[in-house]
Amino acid sequence: MSTVTGQPNPKAKTKLSPDAATWLRMYRQMLAIRLFEEQVNELYTRALMPGLAHLYVGEEAVAVGVCEALQNDDYITSTHRGHGHCLAKGASPNRMFAALLGKEAGYCKGKGGSMHIADPATGNLGANAIVAGSVGIATGAAFSSKYRGTTQVAVCFFGEGALGQGVLYEEMNMAQLWKLPVIYVCENNSYTEYTHCSETTAGDMAARATAFGVHAETVDGQDVRAVHDVTAKLVERARRGDGPAFLLCNTYRHHGHHVGDISREYYRSKQEERLWATERDPIKLLSNWLVANKHADAATLDKVHAELKSEMQKAVEFAIAAPYPSADKASEDVYA
Amino acid sequence: MPDTNTREITFAEAVREALAEEMRRDARVFILGEDVAEAGTPFKVLSGLVEEFGTKRVVDTPISEAGFTGLAVGAAMTGLRPVVDIMFGDFITLTMDQMANQAAKVHYMSGGKWRVPMVMRTTLGAARRSAAQHSQSLHAWFSHVPGLKVVLPSTPYDAKGLLKTAIRDENPVVFFEDKMMFKMKGPVPAEEYTIPLGVADVKREGDDITLVATSSMVQVALGAAGLLEEIGVSAEVIDPRTTWPLDEKTLVDSVKKTSRAIVIDEGYGRYGVTAEIAAVIAEGAFHYLDAPVKRMGAMHVPIPFSPPLEDVTLPTERSVFDVARALCNRS
Ligand SMILES: Cc1ncc(C[n+]2csc(CCOP(=O)(O)OP(=O)(O)O)c2C)c(N)n1
Repeated sequence: MSTVTGQPNPKAKTKLSPDAATWLRMYRQMLAIRLFEEQVNELYTRALMPGLAHLYVGEEAVAVGVCEALQNDDYITSTHRGHGHCLAKGASPNRMFAALLGKEAGYCKGKGGSMHIADPATGNLGANAIVAGSVGIATGAAFSSKYRGTTQVAVCFFGEGALGQGVLYEEMNMAQLWKLPVIYVCENNSYTEYTHCSETTAGDMAARATAFGVHAETVDGQDVRAVHDVTAKLVERARRGDGPAFLLCNTYRHHGHHVGDISREYYRSKQEERLWATERDPIKLLSNWLVANKHADAATLDKVHAELKSEMQKAVEFAIAAPYPSADKASEDVYA
Repeated sequence: MPDTNTREITFAEAVREALAEEMRRDARVFILGEDVAEAGTPFKVLSGLVEEFGTKRVVDTPISEAGFTGLAVGAAMTGLRPVVDIMFGDFITLTMDQMANQAAKVHYMSGGKWRVPMVMRTTLGAARRSAAQHSQSLHAWFSHVPGLKVVLPSTPYDAKGLLKTAIRDENPVVFFEDKMMFKMKGPVPAEEYTIPLGVADVKREGDDITLVATSSMVQVALGAAGLLEEIGVSAEVIDPRTTWPLDEKTLVDSVKKTSRAIVIDEGYGRYGVTAEIAAVIAEGAFHYLDAPVKRMGAMHVPIPFSPPLEDVTLPTERSVFDVARALCNRS
């Protein structure tokens, strides 16, 4: 656990005003997640992937905007829809694909799969397949960083479905009481599995945090620059000792709840999906902005696309070729 | 047991000493729970610790069992060694997701990369006229889950030595204390010692029947063994001390010698600790058995309040004696 040293990190200063190179890097990161997920869709459709996959397509600006405001030794916890968080925090596509295919070379050596990517080297405490399952872990990591006297911040990603879980409120209460450096990032994509949030969530979402005195912000989750800017401020606050925050990011998943969820009209309209995939697509929004402000031209962006496409292709090939763990490994790692 | 400087202290004092010693030894160890600081818990087990270690390391929480247990999981993963206090064992139900789905799974799901070195201390046991929500012995629930270890001390000596080991363990360990036992005194050396997890203790040697007993039932079994002696039956009493890891060998070896066994545990028998241990004995000592393995536990009802009702729900010295006598064909 080389990155989790328990020592204050002298470099732990958040960049508050990113330059063009940074925006371009975020573009690359978002596109990497998009192309990664397209490969996952393909793998699943070709029946090469065991289990389920919950694609992050459409929500990339949240993971990238947030993680770009973090240091390597800051912590995150992720969800069933977690590929984007893990990649944005620094996971390698090779080992991610290998993990998704259940290969020994994957993160977690074939024990975790798509919903349980974890990686101490990048501060990733783990994706969690229990809705709201990691709110305690993230809050505990923040408790630990304060106890040990480091400046590490913990970010807890969850969907708006997690607002239905009581443990979230227990954690926010303690985080505020004890001024813990944790940021609760609620990715509101409007739907749980197949149900609109208006049918599951009473009242105002952000008000649930402010009721505890937790500082809350709401942001357009399709605008990576906005997500990054507000996160950077919340991270600064948390490092200063000003306590937790709740960041509500309004976003949308382009695909179904999981790859097999293809007939969706009983819960949301094609027209709504089309709107979010065109006018509200986070990658298009950023590329338009980059080009309009002359930070990049179309050729540069095309080049990035081509590079990433080939990188993902190679990563998939790596994962397909990688061996499965031998069956005798099933009983390893139950106890440390 | 090293007998130099051995004192008589209570079970509660033994627990407190273990915590204080480990907190002095390791700055990462801290206590988290309801009314643990100035109050020292309703049972006063932790009295004095906040005075020595301060509120940074003895942390009073809101009444949020799931919340602070989950927080402990994250703190344990990131370099601390939390000791969580769950006031009554009945309340472990509130922590189930954090323990069974998070703490127990993190190491395995991460391919062995993250660890959860935490301890949950809680209680078991009836007989306090506390009714159905403050009297249960639910240690079987955690014993069922791979990834957790479960400790059931039955004496002050065992409590201290096992708790120190639990705190040093790299895994989530649940430590059940019989709340009727807190004031019980026993010999405890003044010097440092630890007891490994997974090693049963022969509390009394005998030849005719093995009484496997846990936690609160160890004293009951010892009492029954005394009664059996009066009718010429020599009972061996074995305390497994941990339900997981389970010292199967000591249990099986004893029954190979005695050919008869009763398993006594305050939890419910069905699908419970007694069922598991009886199966271990039946599998390991089948050809040596002269009678079926018997199980005794709490009556299969919610624990009632009224004394005459509550009293019949638990195994007693007398009821264990009666079952043992019948098993040994004595009248
Ligand atoms: C405690 C729990 N209950 C139910 C489920 C089944 N489940 C998996 S994902 C999901 C919907 C989650 O919605 P949300 O939190 O909004 O995340 P999203 O899928 O929209 O990203 C449900 C109900 C679960 N994994 N955990």
